[in-house]
Amino acid sequence: MEYILFREKVIPNIRELDVYTANEGYEALKKALSMSPAEVIDIVKASNLRGRGGAGFPTGVKWSFIPQNEPIKYVVANADESETGTFKDRQIMENNPHQLLEGALICAYAIQAKAVYIYLRGEFWDIAHQLDKRIAEARQAGFIGENILGSGFSCEIYTHLGAGAYICGEESALLESLEGKLGQPRVRPPFPAQKGGGLYGEPTVVNNVETLTNVPWIIRNGADAFKAIGTEQSAGTKIFCVSGHVNKPGNYELPMGVTLRELIYEHAGGIPGDRKIKGILPSGGSGPIVPGTDEVLDTPLTYEDMAKLGTILGSASIIVMDETVDMAWVASKVEKFFQHESCGKCTPCREGTYWLDKVLDRIMGGIAKESDIDLIVNIAKNMQGVTLCALGEFAANPIIHTVANFREDFLAHIAKPEEAEKPAAAAKGAARPAAARRGAAAVRESGA
Amino acid sequence: MTNRLAEKYKDRIEQTFAKYPTKRSAVMPLLFLAQEEYGWVSPEGILEVAELCELDPTQVDSIAGFYTMYSETPKGKYWLQVCTDLPCALRGADQFYADLKEYLGVGDGETTDDGMFTVDHVMCLAACDRAPMLQCNFHYVENLDMDKMKALIEQWRAEASDDK
Repeated sequence: MEYILFREKVIPNIRELDVYTANEGYEALKKALSMSPAEVIDIVKASNLRGRGGAGFPTGVKWSFIPQNEPIKYVVANADESETGTFKDRQIMENNPHQLLEGALICAYAIQAKAVYIYLRGEFWDIAHQLDKRIAEARQAGFIGENILGSGFSCEIYTHLGAGAYICGEESALLESLEGKLGQPRVRPPFPAQKGGGLYGEPTVVNNVETLTNVPWIIRNGADAFKAIGTEQSAGTKIFCVSGHVNKPGNYELPMGVTLRELIYEHAGGIPGDRKIKGILPSGGSGPIVPGTDEVLDTPLTYEDMAKLGTILGSASIIVMDETVDMAWVASKVEKFFQHESCGKCTPCREGTYWLDKVLDRIMGGIAKESDIDLIVNIAKNMQGVTLCALGEFAANPIIHTVANFREDFLAHIAKPEEAEKPAAAAKGAARPAAARRGAAAVRESGA
Repeated sequence: MTNRLAEKYKDRIEQTFAKYPTKRSAVMPLLFLAQEEYGWVSPEGILEVAELCELDPTQVDSIAGFYTMYSETPKGKYWLQVCTDLPCALRGADQFYADLKEYLGVGDGETTDDGMFTVDHVMCLAACDRAPMLQCNFHYVENLDMDKMKALIEQWRAEASDDK
């Protein structure tokens, strides 16, 4: 198959500008600059490209929301890549960085933005410094800066490093962070595309790295060629990050619609020791878990088919767990993540993740009662639909769906009645919960 | 008060401000600069960044508290942050982290007596296919096991004694 994103697989060193330009690099930018911005948006709309960060929103539609009469607009590339099990955007930025820059420039031209910010998670320290060098090369060659390729269009690209906060992958929290504030989600509307809702209050497109990196290929080859790959509702290829119990963990770029079975057994090398698959998290820590049944394994990886299974494709971070895994331990691991990463702004998420973590510690410590299993499900259900961003929702998933599918794993930790009366020696509470710490930071901020 | 950051890193600070339409947006890169200069986000670092960004020190302090990569206490020369999140844990990261702590004789978040190593566990670092892994002073070290780790620790100790 043809690689749209991981072109380094067939063209080594495509990260270098001269290799990239010798292989159609920046040709799409030239082509886009010869069209009207509206024509560029129409092609992206017609391609059915959907956001690769997790939400799957149609990219061209997102771009078309930007009001044309506003003088200042921004493009922000979301390179925060913090979802548990996701490690695809870094491979793009490490190996095919110019295609990301080209895609971002085409987006900027389509909405007539004069600046692009690439927001990288702070841990991508080395990648950001590499990217700064690539930006400098591209500027030197006339692809970035004033009057790009003599078109009259001018645009700058800057990198910005976060500093360790999962929540900054959420687009409105990312914008807050870029403005030098605490990374906490905003109340919407106004949405980022609207006046008052974007970066510095200006209309802004926020797109994931993988999304933007698809754009040059679409402009060069046309919308129909892109739609010919994948399925009707899920066009193109997707990078699947496969981790956990597989022989060959890694990133696999494949057409949408590949089944979990083909991905896991043919590409990722199957399961060590030929053990059975017990459960799969198809969208990292945040999506509902599914059991390793034949029905699940034969499901195509598309937005629509994953929804039919009651889960999500999300960013396609496939965490595979074999039959040896205790799913109560998995729920506890994932909940600790969300407890640590809750930004502290919305009470149901801040308090809910804290109490879920505490009760899960009781369960894992062998001192819980059976009713504690229902208690965590109850807490989780009370977090759904009542928070400003999806983190509260995500944090409920590992509980609700893991208990629904693997209740016996939780029951195995339930203490016999006489043991349950003993003091909570085994339940070690978090020393200083990050959400509380972040909540305290928010109080400090508002009091300033 | 003299502003050590302003005096020592004039060009770098100007380049940082040039990226953004507001001074406030420079607060995160300048906090990293303060951490680089002082080894941690020290009280004087907070005051200097606040002055540069024209913010109240309380606002800068709250940002330093919110983001986990800003160190609010001094760390060892090598700050080792091991990912123990689910995908890494499925590939042995919890055991690796326990072995590392035992080898260095420290607990979670503690620093060795010689001030060389601070050991922490962190959330997903987007390196799930290369576990166990860690971040050493913001640089990734991947596909680890304890043998490789011990060799690295000895190498870093040797480099540190050469520096003296």
